Amino acid sequence: MAAFLLRRLGQVIPTLLILSVLVFALQQLMPGDPALILAGEERGDPEVLAQIRSELLLDRPLVEQYLHWLWRVLHGDFGFSWRIRLPVAELILSKLPVTFQLASMSFVIGVALGVPLGVLSAVWKDRPADWLINGVALFGISMPNFWLGIMMILLFSVQLGWLPPSGYVPLWEDPVQSLATTIMPAFVLGTGVASILMRHTRAAMLSALAQDYVRTARAKGLAERRVVFRHALRNALIPVVTLGTVEFGKLLAGAVLTEQIFTIPGFGKLVVDAVFNRDYPVVQGVVLATALIFVTLSLIADLLYMAINPRMRQT
Amino acid sequence: MSASLAEAGESPGRRALRRFLRHRLAMFGLVVVSLFVLAALLAPWIAPYDPLETSWSRLRQAPSWAHPFGTDENGRDVLSRVLFGARASLMAGVVAVLGAVVIGVPVGLVAGLAKGWVDAVISRISDAMLSIPFLILAIALAAFLGPALENAMIAIAISISPVFVRLARGMALEATGTDWAEAARALGNPPWRIAVLHVLPNILPPLLVQGTLAIAEAIIAEASLSFLGLGQQPPAPSWGSMLNSAQRFIEAAPWLAIFPGLAIFVVVLAFNLLGDGLRDALDPRGSR
Repeated sequence: MAAFLLRRLGQVIPTLLILSVLVFALQQLMPGDPALILAGEERGDPEVLAQIRSELLLDRPLVEQYLHWLWRVLHGDFGFSWRIRLPVAELILSKLPVTFQLASMSFVIGVALGVPLGVLSAVWKDRPADWLINGVALFGISMPNFWLGIMMILLFSVQLGWLPPSGYVPLWEDPVQSLATTIMPAFVLGTGVASILMRHTRAAMLSALAQDYVRTARAKGLAERRVVFRHALRNALIPVVTLGTVEFGKLLAGAVLTEQIFTIPGFGKLVVDAVFNRDYPVVQGVVLATALIFVTLSLIADLLYMAINPRMRQT
Repeated sequence: MSASLAEAGESPGRRALRRFLRHRLAMFGLVVVSLFVLAALLAPWIAPYDPLETSWSRLRQAPSWAHPFGTDENGRDVLSRVLFGARASLMAGVVAVLGAVVIGVPVGLVAGLAKGWVDAVISRISDAMLSIPFLILAIALAAFLGPALENAMIAIAISISPVFVRLARGMALEATGTDWAEAARALGNPPWRIAVLHVLPNILPPLLVQGTLAIAEAIIAEASLSFLGLGQQPPAPSWGSMLNSAQRFIEAAPWLAIFPGLAIFVVVLAFNLLGDGLRDALDPRGSR
């Protein structure tokens, strides 16, 4: 287990270093001179431009710029937003609770729908219920999130008037209103997760049900329910837990358009607003932050996998 | 029993084709995709109106016989715009995936065949790219490259390419471990020859499946980027940007939001059905 952890960390560190190079390289793609954008009204003044360039180290060689940038990032300094003149790290941290709430709600919806449906669909393989569940999952995967969001606003806000179409109220201010403003986006994101989890649960259950120990359990005369839940499901859930962790990471980052449509002030809204305002340090910061979250979660997924899978403990 | 006897004499390619043709959902997907491709190609001839022609006398009209999908906030015919919008979406989907394959497959083959530090470097780069959520990476790339359909396609292609690197690398590793690859090497074949003659043919079936499913993903990504104003630029029609402007009129003109979104959903569903069907047909281990 220790050897596995070391090997895994040995992969993560180079990956993170390369990630930092990629994120740094993003700004090299930027059209035009950042000093000109930052100078704004004073772009005609060569002294101002020179000052900005030396402040941002734009006049130094690329390698030096990168090392400086990396040094600052390692100290939690993701630079300043060009637009609102706040530290990018602070902006990101301030959005984290919102996105975390939305991601958690979506995840609960996704697991509550996806895992049981996957089990049912495997148990009822090739029967009408299986086709139906598979069809719904395929719809869920093919549905663009942002369109589903707009259609839900059309139905539940415009036509029925049940839920507010947009806005966000923090959970600690007014829990009921907070749930009312996030339930639609959480459902939109949750259906996507549910579709993916359903497909994987079904596949894992099918392969578990085909194993010898399941045949043995059946031959012993155990009740089918006990065979399905105690023997097959426990083993089938192992890969699903790993996948679920990774899906949670995607949720934290992937709510971009959904947050935009429901005007939820989380990560997604932050990056989209930054794109519109050409606030490149914020875009860069969000890319880096989401990737860090993702790497951390996949590490956790691997640890969980080892924790729940006894076969992994021997190595 | 007779069926399996007939199958025994068949080449794997023919068997896959026969299975594919019998796969009803895949056939349905193929038909729908073909219809969309035809609509995109024939848009100038089948669209009832000019997709860019504005008219102040027919702003935001509900669907009618004259305008089956209604008209938009500038009096343009929504059906014509949806038909022309198929061009941007399908082109972006196909071109982005082709780009990703052209980047990803050779890189992945090199990694799988060279092994050692080359493999380690390439694998870590694709790990790093895969750790950035797909849409965030595409948005960031498109934002830094500047808003244009071409840039959106480049951004999507780069964002999807690690998937193909992994696929090609895995297949190359698997293939070089087999006895026939060992034999080919023992006969003195250079690595590139093994790659082209032995690995590529094996990689084609999974590539076809992955590619088809990736087109579905790329179409959603293009619509997302256009929705954010980072793809096809107005006034040229694209489904994503149509949805974006439709949001402002959701109460007064819901049809503006319904039809472009429905188009995305149906074409993505069709590509997914096609991809799933190809996987079922090409998987030698048989039925799901």
